[in-house]
Amino acid sequence: MLGTTIHELTTAFARGERSPVATAEAYLARIEALDAKVGAYLTVMRDEALAAARDAEARYRAGRPLGPLDGAPIALKDVFCTRGVRTTCGSRILERFVPPYDATMVTRLRTAGAILLGKTNMDEFAMGSSTEHSAFHVTRNPWDLGRVPGGSSGGSAAAVAGGLAAGAFGTDTGGSVRQPAAFCGVVGLKPTYGRVSRYGLIAFASSLDHVAPFALDVVDTARLLGAVAGHDPLDATSVSVPVPDYEAELAGGVKGLRIGVPDEYFGTGLDPEIERAVRAAIDVLRDLGATIERVSLPTTEHGVATYYIVAPAEASSNLARYDGVKYGLRVPGKDLIDMAGRTRAAGFGAEVKRRIMLGTYALSAGYHDAYYGQAQKVRTLVRREFEAAFARVDLLAAPTTPGVAFPHGAKADPLAMYMNDVYTIPASMTGLPAVSVPCGFSAAGLPIGLQLIGRALDEVTLLRAAHAYEQATPWRRRRPDLG
Amino acid sequence: MADHSELETVIGLEVHAQLSTRSKMFCDCPTTFGAAPNSQTCPICLGMPGVLPVINRRAVEYGVRTALAFSLRLNAACRFARKHYYYPDMPKNFQISQYEEPLAEDGWLEIDTPSGVRRIGIQRLHLEEDVGRLVHEGEFAAAQASLVDYNRSGTPLMETVSRPDLRSPEEAAIYLRAFRAVLLHLGVCDGNMEEGSLRCDANVSLRARGAAELGTKVELKNLNSFRNVQRALEYEVQRQAEALAAGRRIVQETRLFDADRGTTRSMRSKEYAHDYRYFPEPDLVPLKLDPAWVESIRADLPELPRAQRQRFVSQYGLPAYDAEILTQSRALAGYYEAAVREHANPKAISNWVMTELLRELGGDDEAAVARSPISPAHLGRLVRLIDDGTISGKIAKDVFARMLAGGGDPAEIVRREGLTQVVDTGALEAMVDQAIAANPKAVADFRGGKTAAAKALVGQVMKASGGKANPAMVDRLVQEKLTRI
Repeated sequence: MLGTTIHELTTAFARGERSPVATAEAYLARIEALDAKVGAYLTVMRDEALAAARDAEARYRAGRPLGPLDGAPIALKDVFCTRGVRTTCGSRILERFVPPYDATMVTRLRTAGAILLGKTNMDEFAMGSSTEHSAFHVTRNPWDLGRVPGGSSGGSAAAVAGGLAAGAFGTDTGGSVRQPAAFCGVVGLKPTYGRVSRYGLIAFASSLDHVAPFALDVVDTARLLGAVAGHDPLDATSVSVPVPDYEAELAGGVKGLRIGVPDEYFGTGLDPEIERAVRAAIDVLRDLGATIERVSLPTTEHGVATYYIVAPAEASSNLARYDGVKYGLRVPGKDLIDMAGRTRAAGFGAEVKRRIMLGTYALSAGYHDAYYGQAQKVRTLVRREFEAAFARVDLLAAPTTPGVAFPHGAKADPLAMYMNDVYTIPASMTGLPAVSVPCGFSAAGLPIGLQLIGRALDEVTLLRAAHAYEQATPWRRRRPDLG
Repeated sequence: MADHSELETVIGLEVHAQLSTRSKMFCDCPTTFGAAPNSQTCPICLGMPGVLPVINRRAVEYGVRTALAFSLRLNAACRFARKHYYYPDMPKNFQISQYEEPLAEDGWLEIDTPSGVRRIGIQRLHLEEDVGRLVHEGEFAAAQASLVDYNRSGTPLMETVSRPDLRSPEEAAIYLRAFRAVLLHLGVCDGNMEEGSLRCDANVSLRARGAAELGTKVELKNLNSFRNVQRALEYEVQRQAEALAAGRRIVQETRLFDADRGTTRSMRSKEYAHDYRYFPEPDLVPLKLDPAWVESIRADLPELPRAQRQRFVSQYGLPAYDAEILTQSRALAGYYEAAVREHANPKAISNWVMTELLRELGGDDEAAVARSPISPAHLGRLVRLIDDGTISGKIAKDVFARMLAGGGDPAEIVRREGLTQVVDTGALEAMVDQAIAANPKAVADFRGGKTAAAKALVGQVMKASGGKANPAMVDRLVQEKLTRI
């Protein structure tokens, strides 16, 4: 089962060669046997998954599956609200929070017949790049259990890489899906901002949060995106633009596509092994018929600084609601304000507190213009720079991360951790679609990711190029051995 | 030190009006008042993790309608912003409001004051969501527990800020009444101050007459009736004037009005003011108003109270006072006009509406008028029954009471109850003769020069007739008969 894609599974379901129930049972058994090593899950939805698998099986028997995800066993980052199933966001403050509603993307997955195996580990409130900031436990990289899977959606990435789910969803705010996809050797796609509803996604930074799938290959990625994309009346920032059939549009290759290679993504700090793998991948794209040209995105160097103003500012606001009054943790105090203070002191981890303080400061009277106001201006500049680049090229190709998966505890300094997102942050701030697709391995056998960035709402071109590259290379066939 | 008479009072009012939309500002929960605690809530207005706001189009329409009525300039693209402070009645610990880009800016309301017509500037109008309600066990300071009811959380609020153009507590009350009347005519707010649908805060300061600079202002809260707005301001003006006269400086602060004591007390000093950390609400895109939609709202604007009041004076010949009362709400004005259409005696009908009807309705808003057991046509008919001599004014009050109790056509009540006035001269003469025969002392008194004795006889006849005798005719007959004796 390890390495079996969703499209292989559902084809086998349709032909009667596999049973959705047996498949779900096999995944659940594998989780039970191996997740103690990996730590991908926070909650396993065993009974719900089996019940859903039985329904899927009945539909396949009747010859009426709900669609291309029917019976597909997938995992959800514990940031998506699931009705009746606790949703912790990796935080003590929501340790016992059971939402009375499903996120829109959860509803859409259920409607498509997907089997929800469980909720995966994450950095608390999606703040982190290693999943070490989970309040509950660390997650280990299936390629090397001594290393991080990346983050913040590390649980979902590790689950897919380790064969503990056929596909998964995470959220990408500054790279939280692309970076763990690169670290774990799977595909991770951050769609255009507004392409997928955020309703029911527990907010970290509203203007940067994206619902994003992980998969073993690009076909599955296209399929997962198609299931959740589209306007949602409950999300005013979701766009009202028809959803293409991403999977049907995958063929066609890259012939004639103009691909830009931004100089600034190959500077100091980039691991030479990664540079070699990514440049080789670009050569493959050229050999497949794409035109490659150098481009310049000079504001790249300001990306991390800008992001670490905007994201914490929004987070400080979004996380204000956790005060012990309505749900989640409550630590009694002598009055209401004292109760809120004690609850937050006990409920939030160090990284979350750091960002709440950063964000509160950035929005404070007297500092607002210098920090938040200035960051918004830089964000506009970054957006314009990308627009100018996309007037010349159809896609941008770059590394996803400056380095490979690092050992646990290696990046105790917050700034070193933040620099992990240097190549993923620009697409987050501009809302442009971007994908990380495996493009090789380091000498130590750790996966490397190629990042492609596309025009707004042009996931079709992005996925087509990723698919062409993937089909021309052998990387997806190599899987980690978890025993 | 300056004499009080040299000081000028400067007042500005901030009015929060709950919009009478069916659903809340950012979710589809109902806005019904008085439901069981927390029964009108959903994950969105409870501020649960992961929820997002969606703007209520009707609330925007009401805001636009109000902005047009006050000649405010609509911002082509306005934004919502988050206003942060911690309080348990606010589920997200931020309020979605508007800050730098409100829905509309810069308009006015003309008011009629004893010193003439004054144009009061309105600085801005913005939309926001209301908060929930905290219920403390016992006294606030000693409460062992507090309960939160989020039914009100997310109710659409429209905040309008006047310019500091009001010059006396009386003017402030006039402005607030006129403002409320406009909202009632527009049908955007029920205007109920007791239930908190309309809330008013006042900023008040004093300065030397003729000075360009404003004095230090004090914000007054908890002004939950027109009367309290005026009382609180009068107290505060006095307090500030005395402080200035004594050489003390005014502290910029928020003061709470204590209606029982008629005084204001310090609530919190602005020196410890909140830093609200406003920033644009990232979950909502800027609100762009479609000009065609705005024009259709403008085309649908009803007649506004001031124009209506002037029309009532010219068309119905009413005193200004009557016109003012009758045009407080669209519903009441409509009621009055319907009654006049039934029977064209505008002043008499105005008297009935202002005294008898309003006393019974307990309010002049749409809901109160809609609850009236007496239809305007029936009130018109009642006045017609008086005018055509069928019943006396006194009997009419009885008929009115019956109409209140059971409704129905007054003519039918008069017929059923046999209340028709006795105008038959023969019958009346017999009653007068009987009264004269039964009261020889009164007759003797009259003949002795005590003309007032005739009144007693008229009273006897009226009593004997059960009030149905035509009093003018009885009076004339008594006079005639006594003179002839």
